Amino acid sequence: MKLDDLVHEVSEWLKGSGPDPDIVISSRVRLARNIQSSPFVHWANRRKGKSILSKLEEAVGAIPHMKSALFLRIDELTETDKQFLLERHLISHEHAQGGGFRGVAISDREVISIMLNEEDHLRIQVLQSGFNLSEAWRLASSVDRELEQRLELAYSPSWGYLTACPTNTGTGLRASVMVHLPCLMMTKQIGKVLQALNKLSLAARGLFGEGTEAAGNFFQFSNQVTLGQSEEDIIDNLERVIRQIIDHEKEARKVLLGQNKEKLFDQIWRSYGTLRNSYIINSQETINLMSLVRLGVDMGIVSNIDRKVVNELFILTQPAHLQKLEGKDLTPQERDVKRAELIRGKLNHEGRK
Amino acid sequence: MVCENCGKKQATVHLTEIINGKMSELHLCDTCAQEKGASMKQHFSLADLLAGLTDVGMAGATSQETPVCPNCGLSYADFKKVGRLGCSECYEAFRESLAPLLKRIHGSTRHVGRMPERSGKTTEKGNQFQDLAKRLEHAIATEEYEEAARLRDEMRKMETAERRVKDRPKKEEA
Repeated sequence: MKLDDLVHEVSEWLKGSGPDPDIVISSRVRLARNIQSSPFVHWANRRKGKSILSKLEEAVGAIPHMKSALFLRIDELTETDKQFLLERHLISHEHAQGGGFRGVAISDREVISIMLNEEDHLRIQVLQSGFNLSEAWRLASSVDRELEQRLELAYSPSWGYLTACPTNTGTGLRASVMVHLPCLMMTKQIGKVLQALNKLSLAARGLFGEGTEAAGNFFQFSNQVTLGQSEEDIIDNLERVIRQIIDHEKEARKVLLGQNKEKLFDQIWRSYGTLRNSYIINSQETINLMSLVRLGVDMGIVSNIDRKVVNELFILTQPAHLQKLEGKDLTPQERDVKRAELIRGKLNHEGRK
Repeated sequence: MVCENCGKKQATVHLTEIINGKMSELHLCDTCAQEKGASMKQHFSLADLLAGLTDVGMAGATSQETPVCPNCGLSYADFKKVGRLGCSECYEAFRESLAPLLKRIHGSTRHVGRMPERSGKTTEKGNQFQDLAKRLEHAIATEEYEEAARLRDEMRKMETAERRVKDRPKKEEA
């Protein structure tokens, strides 16, 4: 498998399957792990950073889960390729921008990706479609067990897994769920949800993780605390909270449909119409309109489009994906034209079904 | 949409912040986003936030006394600046200061999650340790302070023994 092949594949987390796919896009589990006594990447000199990366590549390449994985070195990638991996949620902002010897290993169907020499030596990430944290945890945990056979992991009986930043110490676990909450936004209840999350020490972020916009009514909710709670408790807590948010969103959808069906239909179909007939469209407008079309699909109002196609469009219309599809760099203006063309093509093709 | 900063170019970067459950948005063009990005990053850097928290642990200590990790050479002052530790040994070197920091971040200083399985011995010891931790928690909850002190000492002893075992193999140079 090569990096360029990925653009024609649909990542597992975008399949639109798994439990509660009408509200939950994907579930993610991340484990931070480090090699005992070796300096973290920000503190390692070049020689040491390089030797740690080789050691990590060797260990990761030897575990059964990553047998046929794609290994990439970040410093060998173009800016577009880095952005491309970022858009697919395979690497973090920090990993794309930070210098030094960094790598990433990506499994088949992009279910498992392991960042090497990120803030921590190893960031094991598992992405699943739909509301499926337990499966993501099961997989991440077995990858962890395979890795500890080959590496001396930094661990203290009192403080757990030791990480570069004390905010991850303990389990090193960050569980997050990406949800689509258009009706909680429309009914202006989202503020209450965010406030409640804050009180429960859960974090809310935008579509592309830390420091990104909450565009298109998409949110990522995750745990903050990693010490003093077991992995199962962390996941269970998050699951319970998300379950309630799902119920609230479902209720809001019902209420909006009952109160003013025409208004809801109008918003959804106008968005669909605009997307199907645009010749220039930027990513912000795309995501806002796609959010409403997705709502239409999820509520059974727009029945001729597959959810997978909507999910796929969210990613394919991102800047680096457009440029990979086109096979060359594009200016923002060129991208807006290309984006509109892609959306028209996909939706008109689906619409004829 | 035009950039909210210069009002000229098209906004291509859209930032949303959620602070205390309130959402605010900022739409910027490439150029302004880069300028703003730099200043925002500084403003919201984790290192700064941590530095605010780390002062708790450093009460009474002056900058000359800042401890240094014997394994990787990172000082506690370096940690306060960058917000990241240098290696796993830093946890031991800065134990006194990190304990209150971890308490502030997580509300706890006791790991109760999984542990590496790599050798049966480690697991057994880990289980024993967690068992002691649970008993300690109970002792504190029921205000049996003498028992709590005894348990704490026992746990310390175990940790020191653990460290000695770890130190035996040749240490990796930083």
